[in-house]
Formats: sequence, structure tokens, C-alpha cells
Amino acid sequence: MPETAGAAAPRTLAEKIWDAHVVKKGEQGEPDLIYIDLHLVHEVTSPQAFDGLRQAGRGLRRLDLTIATEDHNTPTLAIDRPIADPTSRAQIDALRENAEEFGVRIHSLGDKEQGIVHVVGPQLGLTMPGVTVVCGDSHTSTHGAFGAMAFGIGTSEVEHVMATQTLPLKPFKTMAVTVDGTLREGVTAKDIILAVIAKIGIGGAQGHVIEYRGSAIRALGMDGRMTICNMSIEAGARAGMVAPDETTFEYVKGRPHAPQGADWDAAVAYWRTLPTDDGAEFDAEVVLDADALEPFVTWGTNPGQGVSLADAVPDPAHLIDPVEKSSAERALEYMDLAPGTRMKDIAVDAVFMGSCTNSRLEDLRAFASVIKGRKKAEGVRVMVVPGSARVRLEAEAEGIDKIVEAFGGEWRFAGCSMCLGMNPDQLAPGERCASTSNRNFEGRQGKGGRTHLVSPLVAAATAIRGTLSSPWDLDAPEPVEEHA
Amino acid sequence: MEKFETVTGTAVPLMQNTIDTDQIIPAVFLKRITKTGYEDGLFNLWRQEPDFVLNDPAYADGQVLFVGPDFGVGSSREHAVWALRDYGFRAVFSPRFGDIFRGNAGKQGLLTGVIPEDVVQRIWEAILEQPGIDATVDLHARTVTVGEITAVFEIDDYTRWRLLEGLDDIGLTLRDEDAITAYEARRPSWLPTTIPARTAD
Repeated sequence: MPETAGAAAPRTLAEKIWDAHVVKKGEQGEPDLIYIDLHLVHEVTSPQAFDGLRQAGRGLRRLDLTIATEDHNTPTLAIDRPIADPTSRAQIDALRENAEEFGVRIHSLGDKEQGIVHVVGPQLGLTMPGVTVVCGDSHTSTHGAFGAMAFGIGTSEVEHVMATQTLPLKPFKTMAVTVDGTLREGVTAKDIILAVIAKIGIGGAQGHVIEYRGSAIRALGMDGRMTICNMSIEAGARAGMVAPDETTFEYVKGRPHAPQGADWDAAVAYWRTLPTDDGAEFDAEVVLDADALEPFVTWGTNPGQGVSLADAVPDPAHLIDPVEKSSAERALEYMDLAPGTRMKDIAVDAVFMGSCTNSRLEDLRAFASVIKGRKKAEGVRVMVVPGSARVRLEAEAEGIDKIVEAFGGEWRFAGCSMCLGMNPDQLAPGERCASTSNRNFEGRQGKGGRTHLVSPLVAAATAIRGTLSSPWDLDAPEPVEEHA
Repeated sequence: MEKFETVTGTAVPLMQNTIDTDQIIPAVFLKRITKTGYEDGLFNLWRQEPDFVLNDPAYADGQVLFVGPDFGVGSSREHAVWALRDYGFRAVFSPRFGDIFRGNAGKQGLLTGVIPEDVVQRIWEAILEQPGIDATVDLHARTVTVGEITAVFEIDDYTRWRLLEGLDDIGLTLRDEDAITAYEARRPSWLPTTIPARTAD
């Protein structure tokens, strides 16, 4: 995989990883055949792929580069009991049977490594710089935070990777998103990515792999970098990446599947060659000023329809493009919002803290730091869903579960949960939710449900006040009489 | 995969932009473990609205869909392609597609052609003048015709070739199995493996 040195033209991080994974160069408009280092599998997008293998009499080429877990359908309560929904249960049973039949490593409900597939890969140390990662899930872009090339694929491609450990792919275009400056306290990685999507639009990075650069990105820990790369797909990108650095190495080192000893040294030496060369050119460039950023929130039904929390719901009448205008009108009707309404005046029925965007330990710590010693607003349902069983255990070791429960929130088991409501965690029609997830599409969190995408800090402040809020809006906490 | 050369069928104007795959098929339909029978999931929430385009009898047997930009963005669910295919659609035309959706479509014989936004709008108008009018898609010529309008659409050469031939990707790749084996021999030993399983405990 490490390339031989030469006087080659300067390359981007993405181009280096691509080049290192070409099994066969495509000729005359054919795609390149790209090797896949890690294939993550979950119950929703795999049953038809396993079926395809069975019908063709094929097995998996590399069981040792494949791992499965259960996340989309899993209940977050009473996980020791049979899954009540028969279709969810059938899908999870199918994954377990397929894993058994084909010999795929699986972490099932109840296992400490079970959880959202994009939380599990990094926590096991399977996600590392320079590798290619795929999964039948668009948020696979999350793993790009390690300086990996990671992207979502469809079920036909899942079957293709199972059978061949490769994918025929056309090279992606490259886009640099540079975020320089310093985030103010209360402004986080989630606000960066929501602002990026609002700036370039949901199709703005179509066909591109984004590399996030600049001092504000370098200052983020791995959990924040994962939040940003996770939502690259919401800007239309195939993948998002951050060049590996000491923060990355520190995170990977010592994890169960991280290289050890001399292997570690060899790996780090290679990883240090990966960052984009000086003088390398990107097909597109976007710049964002971290100093000016404020907590961000969506008002509409796609992730590009967002504003600063201090702003108001925009007026579609001011939009020039007729299609954008009609789309904004439709969104406001669905969201039951009037133009000019201050975002901070919008009351919510529910707060969802979780999803592959924001369910890692740092996210839970941020949420807990705001709610600690307080009570949730009357009538607001607060659900906290750790990204994996292990994250849940780690959070409990710090007492975060007790803080959530004392606040009046529900401390749940791990899974995708209300991000997409394939399990029982759903909004009722008309319910409005401040959610740390990634998609505010119509009906995403339950039929008729209304979603405002927010950071963990905004979710916490909103749960306290009952209206969309950031920690900047909170009064100093009452003196705490009893410690949680 | 069924070969795609020329298709003529009812043209459907879905006059909206930014149609994510959650709208094409809501998550509740993703719990099935089969690969066919998803026609009931197609645009399921919208089909409950009486004035949705597919509820108009003129378009009920739609085969060629014309939509605004950003069709198929969001979730990677291939079920979105299966739902369109199972309903009877053979081709979708839009100024811009979500990348994953477009890749999935090409693997299931659903043609996705890119045509400029003003052409989509002209085709919408032409269909509204004659609801139920056919569209003819000629993949050899890369054209789609509705009434008086014939538009050239964009599709990459490789996908076009595979659609015309009805080729299966895995079979094509396995012709290069020697190259895959040779590549595997070059991979550094420190790269991660999932087996034997290791955990933090």
C-alpha cells in the first residue's frame, strides 16, 4: 500500500489513499477497481446481499475484513426481551443467521461492542488512517475523520464487496473546506458542519470527497471530527476526511485492533505521509470563519435549510430561485412555521440526544455538562441514546446516566433509535423535536414529526428551556443542593 | 439484469426538487428482507395525499419520471431504486442526482439521465398539456423524447454500456481475480483484521 516515492505531482490526502488502493486501473472510461480494507455490515442493507451470494453459490472473500453489528432496528429499552416488532425481529434474526452461515463476526444486542456501526468501528480500533471503509449506510463518511476514505454504498455494492473485497469506482472530485479561527465556547463541530451545509447546499459537494482543513478542524478531538465527516453526505459529498495527526494517532493507539509494537511504528510512519502535499490542487474550495460562528439550527426539511439560532425563520418570498422558493414554502408548511418567527421562540415536544452524528462519549459529556443539576422543561420528553453499549458503560462509569435521570431524561440502550425511527423510538404526528441527528427530512423521525437539527449543547439547553436555546441563553444554575 | 435499449412509457411530472430517499421510500419499508415487492413503499407518505401526481389516473402506470434537481439524496438505501423499479419505472431524469442513489440505480437497470433544469421544466409543461403522454428513451442515442421535445441526456459511458448489455458487476470484477489476489499479497501486515476478534476486555 505505501507508494514508492518519486517526483510525482503533489497530491491530496484523498488522491493518495485512492492511488494506494487501485487493484486495476480503468481504461477508456472504465472505473478503477478499488480494494476495500474494511466492510461494516448491519441488518438493514445486508439481507438481500447475503441472498445474492447464496443464489450465486459465493462466499465472502475476506471474512477477516468484515464485521457486523445490529443498530437500526434495535430497541433501546428492555433489550433482554424478544424484539416486539415482528419485522424488526425478522431482520435482526436474518443478520444473525447470515453471520452464522457465512462466518461473519457479529456483535449482537446485549454484547458490549454492539452499537451504531459508525461508533463501533472506531472504538475497536478497526478504523484507522489511510484505509478504505465501506458500509451499506450513507453515514459511513464518519470514518473519514481518521484520514480514511470511507463512503456509503447500496446493497448491490455490499454484495459486490462481500464477493470480491473490491468496488469498481470512478475517481471522486476533491473539495477543500477550510475552517480557520477559534470556536467560541458553546459553538461546536455540529455548528461547523450545519453552517457548511447551509452555505454550499445539499448538492454543493455532489461527486466530491471533502477534506476539512484549517486551525478550527485541527483543534477538534476525534469525536468532533467524526461529527463533521459524518454529515458530509448531507452536503451531497461521497466522503469527508480530516488528515491524520497526533490527535488521530493518540485516539487509535492501544485500541483492540490497533497495530502494536513495530507494526505501530510502521503504520505511523506511513500515516505521516498521508496529509495533502503543499501545492496539491482541489477541484473546489470553500472557506468558513470559525470566529464568526454561532450555534446553528435547521428550520426546514433538508439539512441545508439552517440559520444561526439567533436568527429567524426565513421568508420564502425573498428567495429568487422559483424551485428553492417552492421548496422552502413546502418545508415551512410541513414544519408549521411562519416566516419571521424567531428560532428561539420555537417550542419543542421532544429532545433526542444520540445518532451516529452525536452519540459518542464526548457528545454525552457535553450534553451532561449543561444539564447537570438542572431539571428539564415541563412537558418535554428527553431521550438520551448512547452510540454503543461500550459508550453507555463508559458514560455510566462517569455518572452521566445519573445526571440524565436526575434531569428527568430517559437513559436508553445503544442504537440508531429516533434518528430514523425504525425501532419504536418515534415522534408522533405533529410533534416537534430538537435532535442531534443528521436528517430533518419529512417523516424521518416518525410520520408527521418535525425535526430541528442541533448540537448536543443546544439540545441540552433546549431541554432545559423548552424552546430552541443554546447554553448562552441559560441563567446561571441554581445552587445545587444535592449532587447527582 | 434486464437489458435497457429503448423504452417507451407514460411520462410522469414530479414537480419538486430535493427528493431524498426517505421520501422515495420511508424507513418502515426497509425492514423487509426480500429484494422485490417494494412498489407499495414508493413515495408512500405522499401517495396518501389525494393530489399527489401518481394518484392521478393519467400517470398511474408511469414508467419515465421527470423530477427537479437533487433527486435521491440522503440515505444509501437501495430500496429506493427497488421501489421505483417494482412500481414500473424504467428511467428517471433530473438535473442532479444523489451519488449513491445513482450508483444503485445503474446496478438495477434503472436508467438515470441528467438533463438541464430548463429542459425538465419544458418537459413538465409538455406533459401537463397532454397528461398520460408517453416518453421514449433511446439509450443508444442518449435521447429522451416527449411530444415535440427531444433532449440529449448525460450518462457515463461505462454505466451506459452495462445497461445496454445487462451486465452483472460481480461477474465483471471476478474476471480480474488475479489482480485482486496480487494486490492482497502487497498489503502491509499491520492493516486491521476483524478476525481473530479482539475487544477491550
